[in-house]
Amino acid sequence: MNGRFIALGIALVALATLPYWMTGVYYINVASQILFYAIFALGLNVLVGYAGLVSLGHAGLFGVTAYAVAYILQLGLGHSLAILGALVISIASMAVYAVLSLRATGIGFIMITLALGEILWGLAYRWISLTGGDNGLNVQTRPEPFGFSLSDVNTFYYATLIVFLLSVGAVTVFVRSPLGAALMGTRDQPRRMNALGYHVWAIRFYACLFSGLLTSVSAIMFVYYTQFISPQTLALTSSAEVLLMVISGGAGTLLGPIVGAGLVVIVKTVVSGFIERWNFLLGAVFVAIVILMPEGLVPGTVRLWRLAWRKRARGAKAVPGSAEAKP
Amino acid sequence: MTALTVSGLCKSFGGLHVTTDVNLNVEPGERRLIIGPNGAGKTTLFNLITGELTPDSGMIKLFDRDITHVPSRRRAHLGMARTYQIITLFARDTIIHNVTLALLGLSPSRWNPLIDLKRQGHFVEHARAALERVGLGHIANRPLAQTSYGERRRVEIAMALTQNPKVLLLDEPFAGLSIDERRDVKELLLAIPRDVTIVMIEHNMDVALEFAERITLLHFGEVIVEGNRAEVVANPRTREVYLGH
Repeated sequence: MNGRFIALGIALVALATLPYWMTGVYYINVASQILFYAIFALGLNVLVGYAGLVSLGHAGLFGVTAYAVAYILQLGLGHSLAILGALVISIASMAVYAVLSLRATGIGFIMITLALGEILWGLAYRWISLTGGDNGLNVQTRPEPFGFSLSDVNTFYYATLIVFLLSVGAVTVFVRSPLGAALMGTRDQPRRMNALGYHVWAIRFYACLFSGLLTSVSAIMFVYYTQFISPQTLALTSSAEVLLMVISGGAGTLLGPIVGAGLVVIVKTVVSGFIERWNFLLGAVFVAIVILMPEGLVPGTVRLWRLAWRKRARGAKAVPGSAEAKP
Repeated sequence: MTALTVSGLCKSFGGLHVTTDVNLNVEPGERRLIIGPNGAGKTTLFNLITGELTPDSGMIKLFDRDITHVPSRRRAHLGMARTYQIITLFARDTIIHNVTLALLGLSPSRWNPLIDLKRQGHFVEHARAALERVGLGHIANRPLAQTSYGERRRVEIAMALTQNPKVLLLDEPFAGLSIDERRDVKELLLAIPRDVTIVMIEHNMDVALEFAERITLLHFGEVIVEGNRAEVVANPRTREVYLGH
């Protein structure tokens, strides 16, 4: 337990001082990307990991928020209204998305979310008067909360870090709460939960809203980071990428999606600078994860670590008696 | 007043009539046993009573209140609890967490996303008390995956009891238990106070007959014989369909 606190402390200090020891604007930007993609992955993990509902359409919701921010800004309504408006629109979209997809679970749920994601992608592509079609929408400026201009790389990083920490806190509280326990119960034994008096559908619906909230928060950071949104962001590959972050890091864990986001973003942005076929590398990494630790990087590492630890402990215990054990 | 009334209940799966015009009147505090050969529709009857299945026709009343169209989850709040023939527990969690989920199911705080469940002292206390009652207090914090089959059966019963049901439906609580475990579970069931009405499905006749006051024999979805212990055992139809020749 103490070791965990120390590790957490070191991680926090490392994140808080990152612009001081990380050289180069490029890498600080990569760190910002990891952080907002981690929020996205945390949001998807609420469904995939804790509700047992695999969504393949989250990039569509992510896109709705990003387009909403860009569109409201184009109307000249300012950043606060753009962010608030985007959150409201996204939660409303998520509610519709949830009502439609929660008619099923398992494969059925995956297929409905896939279809909904594709519909949103199609809308972004074809509804040109609203989305600009293939050309996308530009976001001219970044906001300046409390006089801190987010146009500055370091300031943007710190803003993302704060939002990230708040999101991690929110997920931590949720997972430990009665509603979180109920959600995990509906994942493992929906029938039993119903017989115990829980409204399984409503619990899943609230989980979808929470997941949607985190998704839209990360999308707001994303659209201010890239200052551009195009249909590409809503494509199925984006949904799959976030799902891979969750699964590779470890679904149903707090740390897993964050590690997964780090892995995917680093391979995509940094490693792709050195290796042209980075997709191939990412694929190979995933195959390795699936073979070596199918439960994901974080739980897998914990398992291997414990195994090694137990072996060592057993080895140490076996030493005094080993003389007679040997033939 | 009756605790549980079932009248004219019918259910078919396609052409298969699983429940045909079943009538039951269970008095408050009664111990009712439902027997019948495999495929007689006993578990289906339970699923209809708890609302996991919707009947094609007929009516179900809980303490004179018509609950035929009340959703399954609401019936738990009205005082109905059940155990499952096939153990249906939360295998990733500890024993005490399983019981806590049962407690939480009837508490308004099940909707709360902000408090820490592990710090809710009253849940922990109640859950622990329920486990003491079934003799599992000493292993309350053990992961369910590391428990024996007999212990899991008792967790099932603890979860049902902790909800303070008025009507308790037990689906084969002795299934798969050793002789010692059977004795423990029997004592546990005999200790349940009389303000709980119990309806039990059981194949294990020697234990079940001792426990039950009235017995209903189902065969191909129909009530064939109903009466007290002696009547049902003496009835020739019981011997014919159930007890064997």
